[in-house]
Amino acid sequence: MSDQAAFAELAMPFMSALYAAAMRMTRNPTDAEDLVQETYLRAYRGFGGFKEGTNLKAWLYKILTNTYINQYRAKKRRPEQVDLDDTEDFYLFRRLGGLEAVDATRTPETEVLDAIPDAEVKEALESIPEQFRMAVILCDIEGFSYKEIADILDVPIGTVMSRIHRGRKLLQKRLWDFAGEHNLRPVESTTGS
Amino acid sequence: MDCDKAILQVYSYLDGELTMWKRVAITRHLDECPPCLQGFSFEVELRRVIISKCSEDVPDALRNRIAQALGFGPDLGSSAGPFTP
Repeated sequence: MSDQAAFAELAMPFMSALYAAAMRMTRNPTDAEDLVQETYLRAYRGFGGFKEGTNLKAWLYKILTNTYINQYRAKKRRPEQVDLDDTEDFYLFRRLGGLEAVDATRTPETEVLDAIPDAEVKEALESIPEQFRMAVILCDIEGFSYKEIADILDVPIGTVMSRIHRGRKLLQKRLWDFAGEHNLRPVESTTGS
Repeated sequence: MDCDKAILQVYSYLDGELTMWKRVAITRHLDECPPCLQGFSFEVELRRVIISKCSEDVPDALRNRIAQALGFGPDLGSSAGPFTP
């Protein structure tokens, strides 16, 4: 198989995933399209040096991430500060009434999740500061291991873990805020009877 | 293992990043503790919802643009088969 045919067969199927990640990173379709195109051009140019048996998906995401950082983030130098000290684990689950006494009349926690529209979930994810957002996208959506994410983002594994954890908590906070603004929060049974 | 200890490791557990022994200890706790099991299940469900709600359709124009830029025929440019208008 020619390099061209091999690249088409192996790399092109990742386009949907790369495009979705690019949308969450750049937050607009025009930049996302340019970013994905640039990623494929760079990957194609470097494909000769790509070794068979190594992780093609992780390699493509590394190119995507580096291209994004170098081209689209150049304007913004200062990392965003977040204060998360008061956010505990299971943030959203606790808010939705989980971990409390089992109550048959309560809205199941997962129903609230399903009721949140796609656009709002995307917006919630896009609203988290970039360093946390990238880690959450790579872990939760793309399913990379901590080690793979460390390689893609070029940071230590401990940093990856803390970014994923904080990013998830921030995301849960945004989703909870959204549920409040749109009256999607479960009604407490104590006030209803 | 108590609940606090299990909850502290919820993400490492769900991400498959724990050693086998730690994993077994948490699985055992979840078997005996319905509230924690519910919480862990909620995190799994949340992730499923985020994945399904954050997907995107690649614009056909982008697929074609990339295939063209790389010198591919249209049959190589799309994972979903040739683009038909």
